[in-house]
Amino acid sequence: MDQQAIIRSIIVSSPEIIVILGACLLLFVALMKNKHQMTILTGLSLAIILLAATVTAVLSSAPQSAYGGIFVVDGFANFFKAVFYLATALTLLMSGRYVVEEGIAEGEYHALILFALSGMMIMASGRDLLVIYMGLELQALSFYVLAGYLRRDPKSNEAALKYVILGAVSSGIFLYGLSLVYGLTGTTELTGIAVALSANEPPGLAFALAILFLITGLVFKVGAVPFHMWVPDVYEGAPTPITAYLSVASKAAAFAIVLRIFLDALAPAADIWIDAIIAIAVLTMALGSFVALVQSNIKRMLAYSSISHAGFALLGIVAGGPDGVASVMLYLLIYAFMNLGIFAVVVMMRSGEVRGDQIEDFTGLATDHPVWALLTLIFLFSLAGIPPTAGFFAKFYILMALVQEGYVALAVIAVLLSAVAAFFYIRIVMLMYMSPPTRRFDLALTPSLRLALIVAGVGTIGIGLAPGWFLDQALGAGFAETLAFAGGVSP
Amino acid sequence: MLMLLDYLPIFLMVAAAIGLCLFILAAGSLLRPSNPYPEKNRPYECGVDHTGEASGGLFRVHYFVVAILFVVFDVEAMFLFPWAVVLQDIGFIGYLEMFVFIFLLLVGFAYAWIKGALEWES
Repeated sequence: MDQQAIIRSIIVSSPEIIVILGACLLLFVALMKNKHQMTILTGLSLAIILLAATVTAVLSSAPQSAYGGIFVVDGFANFFKAVFYLATALTLLMSGRYVVEEGIAEGEYHALILFALSGMMIMASGRDLLVIYMGLELQALSFYVLAGYLRRDPKSNEAALKYVILGAVSSGIFLYGLSLVYGLTGTTELTGIAVALSANEPPGLAFALAILFLITGLVFKVGAVPFHMWVPDVYEGAPTPITAYLSVASKAAAFAIVLRIFLDALAPAADIWIDAIIAIAVLTMALGSFVALVQSNIKRMLAYSSISHAGFALLGIVAGGPDGVASVMLYLLIYAFMNLGIFAVVVMMRSGEVRGDQIEDFTGLATDHPVWALLTLIFLFSLAGIPPTAGFFAKFYILMALVQEGYVALAVIAVLLSAVAAFFYIRIVMLMYMSPPTRRFDLALTPSLRLALIVAGVGTIGIGLAPGWFLDQALGAGFAETLAFAGGVSP
Repeated sequence: MLMLLDYLPIFLMVAAAIGLCLFILAAGSLLRPSNPYPEKNRPYECGVDHTGEASGGLFRVHYFVVAILFVVFDVEAMFLFPWAVVLQDIGFIGYLEMFVFIFLLLVGFAYAWIKGALEWES
């Protein structure tokens, strides 16, 4: 590569570079002990995210590729990066008092969150299996540490250990699938794989094996059945803001690479994997919805809820095409708002001696704090998919895409399982509104947590009011045009 | 079928590795005298009786920190050698790229140092 190409590549990847350098800077700022350290670190992280978001917005005028075509900045990547920035900012906003109360207000918390952010951004922008894998690992390693951040809590230790062992196994399986794909197609570049696949038909047994390994690795990261076992334990043990971050950003990043790999590189071989994805999606929704019914810990319940949501989003991949991709992207954006919102509520409930992660802790919240109870109600209704909240439209567009592709039976199953899932969200609403309070509520509200709750609430209601505009954004941001684009420009 | 033939060197390599292992083990068991007795079968045959279990004591966390730092710089050296060999061909850009890598490692090293990971006495 000549000098100009290098400089152009650096410009195109500058949001990632900003976030990584910013994280390095935060490491050293964290070393300086100071009374206002948490405030400084949070402010600095938010400034870095804002700077990166601005650069991304500037770069988003036209799709560009860098580093010889293995890294792209297209509408698809930018849409996901916007979701990541949002999730990271809200996570940082809701962390403040929680980390102080848990006694973990030290050191690398903010730096690790930013490293995870950069890993996810690389995942969204990667157009080469190895780059995607690099991003995946950078993100995963940061989350392993963050999940175990409550060092003196055995549950948190358990979460970190389970996550690191199962994550390593799944990464190994994914990597093995990558090596098979490389062996069979002779390239790790997504466009090259698609070209090789459409050239020599039909793909043989070895290729089916490769896809099996890829699906296994990716389904693991998404947290879908039958590789969902780590989700409830990790979500329960990890610090609540990290659980929120994990369930929204990490999941969105996993979906970004699932969409890119399956609907871009492996689209010519759809016959091989589509049935497997259908089965996984239905099983995931069913298990997530039914097991969530019997949970008493709200973080575990939300873990199963997130499993069931992952199953629903997988249906958008079954539908495929620009509509399917756009519906999944919109789903993930809406899910980011409503899930971060409900986790901010869980953070709000944790105060002093009350851990606030039991479902009973919500009993009678509406009597003392009608405003926050109403906000909780909106998040729960949105998660359940009740109109006019955004959650309804998230599910609606996926069902539309499914029906258009002729998967009517699948759409009916999805609706029925959503009805099951609605029950356990409504149960919390019942507890909040129909029961008298059993204790005095001492909510851990700080200005930044209030801001996070309000942003999440505005997003949940706002997208519900104007879903068409957001869908158009997602439709315009698909990677459909990048296939042709990458073929023309990559050197 | 043509695809599988491309992997023939790898299969030959694997076969040779397994064959060599089997040959060495088989030749050893045929040639050496076999004379086990209780003293010889004890874990440490260096003249000193072992006391307790090997896993009896806890290792200090410092050992792990130092081990991890060692691995980091070991890997750095592994990348530096091939880089030095081809430095002429990759030009000034390649020269700079290695410094990006070294810089990121240095950030981590400086952090570990300031944090006190290298202080043996606490």
